[in-house]
Amino acid sequence: MGRYTARRLLQLVPVFLGTTFLVYFLVWGISDDPFAGKCGQRACSPAYIAEMTERYNLDDPLVVQYLKYLGALLTGDFGQTFSGTEVSTLIADAYPITIKLALVAVAIEAVIGIAAGVLTGLRGRGFVDNLVLVSTLVLIALPVFVTGLVLRQVLGVELGWIRPSVPGDPTIGQLLVPGLVLGALSMAYIARLTRTSLMENRRADFVRTAVAKGLTRRRVVGVHMLRNSLIPVVTFLGYDVGALMGGAILTEGVFNIRGIGGLVFRGIQQQDIATVVGIVALLVIVFLLANLVVDLLYAVLDPRIRYD
Amino acid sequence: MTDTAPALRARGAEPDEAAAVDESAGRGGLWVDGWAQLRRRPLFWIASTLILVLLVMALWPSLFTSVDPRVADLALSGADPSPDAVLGRDLQGRDIYARAIHGAAPTLTVGLLASLGTVLVGAMAGLVAGYRGSWVDGLVSRVGEVFAGLPFILGGIVILTTFNQPGRIVGEVRIVTQVVLTIVVLSWPLAMRIMRAAALEISQQDYVKAARALGAGPLRIVGRHILPNTLAPVLVFATIQFGVFIGAEAALSFLGIGLRDPVVSWGVMISEAQERVADIPQALFFPAAFLVVAVLAFVMLGDAVRDAFDPRGR
Amino acid sequence: MSLRRLATTVAALLAVVLVASACGGGGDDRSSETVTLDWGEPENPLVPGNTTEQNGGDVIGALFAGLVRYDVDTARPELETAAAIDTTDNTTFTIRLEPGWTFHDGTPVTAQNYVDAWNWTAYGPNAAQAQSFMEKIQGYDEVSTEAPTARTMSGLRVVDPQTFTVTLEQPFTIFPTTLGYSAYYPLPTAFFQNQQAWEERPIGNGEYRFEARTPNQNLTLVRNDQYAGDIKPTVSRLEYRVYSELQTAYDDLVSGNLDHVKAIPSSALSGGRWRQDLGDRAHLKEGLSTTTLTFPLYDPRFADPRIRQAFSMAIDRRLIVDQLFNGVYNPMDGLATSAAEGYLPDQCGVACRFDPQRARQLLAEAGGFPGPLTLTANSDGGHDVWMQAVTNQLRQNLGIDARYTPVPSFSELRRLANSQGFTGLFRTGWIGDYPNLETFLTQLYRTGASSNDGGYSNPAVDAQLSAADQAPTREAAVAGYQQAERMILADMPVIPIYTRPILYGDSQRLVSGERNPLDRLVTTSFQLAPQD
Repeated sequence: MGRYTARRLLQLVPVFLGTTFLVYFLVWGISDDPFAGKCGQRACSPAYIAEMTERYNLDDPLVVQYLKYLGALLTGDFGQTFSGTEVSTLIADAYPITIKLALVAVAIEAVIGIAAGVLTGLRGRGFVDNLVLVSTLVLIALPVFVTGLVLRQVLGVELGWIRPSVPGDPTIGQLLVPGLVLGALSMAYIARLTRTSLMENRRADFVRTAVAKGLTRRRVVGVHMLRNSLIPVVTFLGYDVGALMGGAILTEGVFNIRGIGGLVFRGIQQQDIATVVGIVALLVIVFLLANLVVDLLYAVLDPRIRYD
Repeated sequence: MTDTAPALRARGAEPDEAAAVDESAGRGGLWVDGWAQLRRRPLFWIASTLILVLLVMALWPSLFTSVDPRVADLALSGADPSPDAVLGRDLQGRDIYARAIHGAAPTLTVGLLASLGTVLVGAMAGLVAGYRGSWVDGLVSRVGEVFAGLPFILGGIVILTTFNQPGRIVGEVRIVTQVVLTIVVLSWPLAMRIMRAAALEISQQDYVKAARALGAGPLRIVGRHILPNTLAPVLVFATIQFGVFIGAEAALSFLGIGLRDPVVSWGVMISEAQERVADIPQALFFPAAFLVVAVLAFVMLGDAVRDAFDPRGR
Repeated sequence: MSLRRLATTVAALLAVVLVASACGGGGDDRSSETVTLDWGEPENPLVPGNTTEQNGGDVIGALFAGLVRYDVDTARPELETAAAIDTTDNTTFTIRLEPGWTFHDGTPVTAQNYVDAWNWTAYGPNAAQAQSFMEKIQGYDEVSTEAPTARTMSGLRVVDPQTFTVTLEQPFTIFPTTLGYSAYYPLPTAFFQNQQAWEERPIGNGEYRFEARTPNQNLTLVRNDQYAGDIKPTVSRLEYRVYSELQTAYDDLVSGNLDHVKAIPSSALSGGRWRQDLGDRAHLKEGLSTTTLTFPLYDPRFADPRIRQAFSMAIDRRLIVDQLFNGVYNPMDGLATSAAEGYLPDQCGVACRFDPQRARQLLAEAGGFPGPLTLTANSDGGHDVWMQAVTNQLRQNLGIDARYTPVPSFSELRRLANSQGFTGLFRTGWIGDYPNLETFLTQLYRTGASSNDGGYSNPAVDAQLSAADQAPTREAAVAGYQQAERMILADMPVIPIYTRPILYGDSQRLVSGERNPLDRLVTTSFQLAPQD
């Protein structure tokens, strides 16, 4: 396991380089005129363009630009946005909020999703099963911004239970509703995944064996069935943690959460390479570590899987 | 660890199926059995009927409506349902019913092809990675991670604006194809990880090892043992993603790079309607209802198929 | 993991969440003396010469006071830090400063501070956004290029600490009116000593001092008790809060979590809901914002003015404004807005009136329109709705194949405009820099002007604009611009669509809180309701 972990950590390097270069290339490739629209309705003056081109090395070939950027990044210099703000400051302010929101969302989707999945998976077809099915379908069919807008309007404006916007340094309580909105889709997916997985394992032979051995129902379900059924769920949860850490553009927008998603979106729209690549560089590392943890969790959950 | 006694999980242990597995003559047995079981499920017939209706709607919209979905009467903006327009009119004064009917084809095309493409690409990569293991697994997984690290919107903007010059007219087939490909390119890593996890688990089972020891080739092992066993998680994923991809398509349109005038889809209708939902709820409600029914039909079909063909669920 | 352990974990998680949410309810961080304002992240460092957009402008306007200010309601220019602006030939202006003004760091505001600031803005390598505001001053060409041959403009001369003179290249009668723009604010010596430190903590001469800023979250200002202006601020502290969506800010205002929104979302306009939500705290005044559709005149399909007029007459502006903006916006009937000095109603005449029959007739006379017509706007600005309506009207009223082809971002739209890459009508908007008709003409329709996106050129119009610039009196200048406006409209290089008034709202905590017709925050107008 130790060697496996070391090898995976080493593999982080090519993925990191690959992703940052690809994203650098993509942002660079959005448009061949990064200064269009930077000066409002007017065209920018040649002096402005010359100065900015110089400042962001835009005259260099792409690879040279990237290497210069990477060099600075490795010394901890994330660069500046076009508005002169340090990207590192932006990330340091925004990232804690995004992490909090992601954790709240994952906690909500795991708890409610698995609970709903277990409930329906053990009971089998019936009223509860259909209720969960229909409510998950509604969650899937309604886009995030619709659920978000409705909840903000009803809970925030009409009932006054929550603030329509989330302040700069939110408590977990203030993130509950946004977390629910953000996690709704995955929650639906986890419920269905758990249910399917449980239904499958319900008649598996190891369960029959366990029952035959005279184990209590609680022990059969808890130890044998659940543990085996949660493998795909854990895979998905791990993936989702990584994905949610990448920020949630729509949810953040609806509740005015000053997180990473909005920064990346703004960066993409303004073709601000430093912001986008800086954030993605950080995200990739988080995402990869989340994946690694999931892979290691398999081995814990399922003794049949061994890494050597 | 008696609970994982793997030999007991092999299908061969079930007497009624032993023949199908052990005899090479029974190659189609699994599928024939499955079909026999499927035919008996009412769920399957309900889902199939719904899907059939949706497909007819997509192929021959004129059977359902004779109204041109593009005709807008701004003076009737937000009109309530009436005999003139049975589901009412949207902000632009267009007939919501006609638009929903004409929106079926692009919506279903994008949803189905994107789900299918994602599952095919992802499943293929996941199978290879999970089954072969070692450096192949490493390579495929790392490539997947690079793609998973791309922000969806960034990828979408770059892909769609590179292939279409902005501000120009793009043909219907072309834009639908591009949207599908964009979604597949940016979404396959998740399918890959799910498939890989399943393949990883199953390829370590004793019955797979046994089959290998008996001289079965990789194709046979994958086809006969791994693929049927991974059906369940993949079907759950694909049917849910169907709904998700329609949402993704709407997001691309919302950004001005996805499906566009005169092509209409339910996702586009929903995202257009959200701003004025308090005044014109019907513009959001009806396309959302169409979408719920479509997703429901595919999820039910997925359930029925899984119950019938998944060897573990029997 | 046993079921019991799982259950315990779940219970513990839930408990944490519940406790946290109980804590989250309390603790209101809003001081009763702080007024919170809807804001967006500025696009450039907060330097007057580098700020041309609204978000930066709302802060710069509070941090600085200029030579001229615009009346909060009528936009009429009045002297602020200037004691007098005199000229005999409309070319050389002598500006005398009011004594007693100081910067926040205690240094006095002198003529040198103005001259230095303007030279800094004009200097090419500084890449200042508002550089072109200095282009009429003598010596601009020498300092404004990438490799300038001079550091200062020859047209600026300090006479004594309280007086300086400005010499223009050519007479420009309405020059004093333009001096209220933020590009003409002074900069303290501290800026030139250490620009980076200054940008982190800006020092100005205005009614508020900089307190703190968290990028992408908020910015706070505190009242400047040494402020020398005659209208003193009353609110002791302002918090500018960054919102990414107008609708969220509006909901915060309605539910009492914010004190001022800088605009009203169109969803709140419909059905007049904003009037019900806000009552007499809903504000509307005429502004300087126009929205037009521009013809790419570099495409020969649009060469015939009859085709351009036909398109204009096939659009029912009144219906669009009524149905999509609840009648709050105004159908445009010329090239300017009614808040600008020199505005005349109905300058466009029949060409801007909805007349589908006449439109079809004109189109037929011109031989019809070949091929599909594209209409393009940026999807990130909320323009999709009215653009679709215009597209539908053109298609249905003229029987042509009109299609809405959006681009993803404003920068993409500008890229296409700069590279003359449009194949059909495209959205153009303009916000006047100062309340005069001239701001809607020279930079948009003069041959080769900086924002002449359609490539329009008419030597007669150019001559008429120059004549108006050099008119001996303001009245004569204005009459000259009106004549030019009619000449341009006869050519119809753009289709005027609507003008947008300034719409904003205040919370119940405020007695007043205003924006001026230039859509800039007037912080001195903010007043808290007495506490009970």
